[in-house]
Amino acid sequence: MVHIKRLQEDGADIIAIVGEIDASSSIELDLAIAKSVGEGYKKILVDCQALEYISSAGLGVFMSYIEELRDKNISFVLFGMKERVLNTFSILGLADLLNIRENKQEAKKLADELSL
Amino acid sequence: MPIGFLLATMFKTKAIIRLTSLCAAISWVILVFADITVLFSDLKALPPDVPVWLPRVMLDLYVVSLFYYYKFRIERDEGLNFTDLLWKVFATGLIATVISLAVRLVLFLLGSTKLSTNVLFIDFVYQINLALFINFLLAAFTCWKRLILYQKSKWLIRAWLVFEFLLLGILLYDSIHVVLSEAISTIAIVLTSLLGLVLSANMRWVAYLNFKQKWTSLLLLLLSIFYLVYFLYSVTIWSDQITQQSGAFVNFQSHVFNIALLAFVLTYMSFSFLVVLFNLPTSSVFEQKLEEVVNFQRISQSIQTEQSEESVYNILLESSVSSVFADAAWLEIKGAANEQRLFTYQITEKETKEIHAHLEKNKIKGALDQSSDKTKNLSKHLSSLKSTRFRSLLAFPIKVKDETIGTLALLKELPEGFNKEMTRIVSAFANQAGISIENFRLMEEAFQNARYKEELKIAKTVQQSLLPARLEQHADFEISAFSASADEVGGDYYDTLRISDHEIALIIADVSGKGTTAAFHMSQMKGIFHSLAQLGPNPRDFMAKANKALVFCLERGSFISATYFVINTDSKKVFYSRAGHCPVLLYKSSKQKAEYLKDKGTALGMVRSQDYRNFVEDNEFTYESGDVMVLYTDGITEAKNNKGEEFGNERLAEVLQNNAEKSSKEIEESVISTLYKFSGSEDINDDYTSMTVKFR
Repeated sequence: MVHIKRLQEDGADIIAIVGEIDASSSIELDLAIAKSVGEGYKKILVDCQALEYISSAGLGVFMSYIEELRDKNISFVLFGMKERVLNTFSILGLADLLNIRENKQEAKKLADELSL
Repeated sequence: MPIGFLLATMFKTKAIIRLTSLCAAISWVILVFADITVLFSDLKALPPDVPVWLPRVMLDLYVVSLFYYYKFRIERDEGLNFTDLLWKVFATGLIATVISLAVRLVLFLLGSTKLSTNVLFIDFVYQINLALFINFLLAAFTCWKRLILYQKSKWLIRAWLVFEFLLLGILLYDSIHVVLSEAISTIAIVLTSLLGLVLSANMRWVAYLNFKQKWTSLLLLLLSIFYLVYFLYSVTIWSDQITQQSGAFVNFQSHVFNIALLAFVLTYMSFSFLVVLFNLPTSSVFEQKLEEVVNFQRISQSIQTEQSEESVYNILLESSVSSVFADAAWLEIKGAANEQRLFTYQITEKETKEIHAHLEKNKIKGALDQSSDKTKNLSKHLSSLKSTRFRSLLAFPIKVKDETIGTLALLKELPEGFNKEMTRIVSAFANQAGISIENFRLMEEAFQNARYKEELKIAKTVQQSLLPARLEQHADFEISAFSASADEVGGDYYDTLRISDHEIALIIADVSGKGTTAAFHMSQMKGIFHSLAQLGPNPRDFMAKANKALVFCLERGSFISATYFVINTDSKKVFYSRAGHCPVLLYKSSKQKAEYLKDKGTALGMVRSQDYRNFVEDNEFTYESGDVMVLYTDGITEAKNNKGEEFGNERLAEVLQNNAEKSSKEIEESVISTLYKFSGSEDINDDYTSMTVKFR
């Protein structure tokens, strides 16, 4: 079960994930990212502080947006991951492909730098 | 075996009909000659040349022959319906009357010549009329038998049999002409009459006639009664004339059988006439009820005859309209895919919308808004809508699994057009239709499920056949592998391939996603492994080339994590490259410690450009005898116990460390048994795959 909230801060769209992301709930994540991209945000932050677990399908969602985000020049940063979740990202090698920061401030800072 | 059955098997029915008619004709000819001879000798006061009993016996024979003739002509003919039977009686009567009238015409043309007053000639004419009369009576008798025995009961058949035997008895008694005691014959006559009356009360067939058939029956019965009266009259006239001139003449009236037969046929005929007449006004009600039953059956049977939901709706609309004589109707349905559909009868879509809008405007809560589940008579609200021609409206909800999926609305131009009975009937229709539709949907669902399961079964078979039946072995090491998958098909893959006498390739991979797609990608991975590995690339090149090949087949969001190994037994080195797969667990016998190898690598399919080479590494380590390498998929480390804790890397390393001295097979078994013990059940909710390599 997952609950996804979106809120806007300083021109950045923050997507907060609460709960676990598995094959079925990954669809919700996909929808949230697609909406955010579709609405034209140039800075998208993903709040993973309350993300308990992510399956390969959930990782696939992030992965599937990498190229589109790069083409559209959108800065995309994840932050606040628990160690276990971060481990999943690192094992798969996604940590090298995505921008991951420890907290919101750092994430915002990176997003600002990237969008310059 | 009854004689009738034996006869029927020996001759065909047609042959029997011919035989009986021939028999009847012969016996009649003999009857006529014998009777005239007897009469002639009587007139001349001479002893007759033929026995006096001959005419009577011949008459019996004639009656019996005709009885069997009609038994086979009418009684055995299953194709005849009620009006056909009445028609047979009528037609026989018509022919007999026409012949009789023709004879009368001849007599009339002859005038009062000597011949026409000759008693012998008159007797001949009388005999013709009598034969026709009996013929008509027997035809009617047989038809009545079928009508009476319609929906027969056991006792009814017995009563009829007794009746027939009584009549036969009377026939024999007539011909023997022995006068028994007055009392006995009176009892016999009373008994026969009573039985005849009781049998005549069986009129069940009348209820099954429709209005038109009733009219036809009345006409046929009335004409048949006329024929009967005509014959009775003419036969009586002739016989009276002869009796005046000759004492030897046997009047038909003294024939008890003829009287009994006549009485029975006439009674039933009159009864039938009256019953049909009095049933005329109610016939439309019976027809209506019958139609309701048939409509009901159509709705409930539509499911068996592989019809669609649509046909259920159409049948419902048709049956409801015809049952309550509605002037118009519509049916709104929320389909299986939530789409709104409208079926109409004698009303335009525009009109239905107007009525809808009107009811909504007046804030009338009724069955028309689909949240309500009560049948409502909304007639009174229609009176305020001037544009419509309808004055009565009745709405019914159609429910599937307690959820209202649609509304049936019936309209009449008359005010107060619907009564309670009609409401009840249509409500029953609507319920039945709901059940039929529910069954349809359940069947559809079951069908989909079965197909999905079948698909999974195929995927699972494919997946299992992709795993190798045997693994490469070498003097330097031994390999064991294990794979168990949950009900859902996963995408775990492992394999081995010998590159040269001192080089062996190993792979372990996990395809993202489940089901048929996973099995499909797994087979692609196998193809890539078997074609690329035999070229002997270094592991990093292997990954780069595999990624290039895979990006074209993997859809967005799908990826494959894999680790590829080449074991070189000459240099005692393992070269490997990890692409997003779980880190390798290695036990070094020199350190007596199990550790995870730290390296980097991104899963296959994640980076779709040439850059991918930069995201994977070439790694190597040297092995010694006693070292153990455990490869596994995340199903094992992520397996949870009932507290929600993961099996985790530490527990896996611990199991290996504690069992490292054992053979690869034994190490594997302890990993699996520890895992099952930890998760606390034999049910797995992910795929468990592991490959254990023990160096010697």
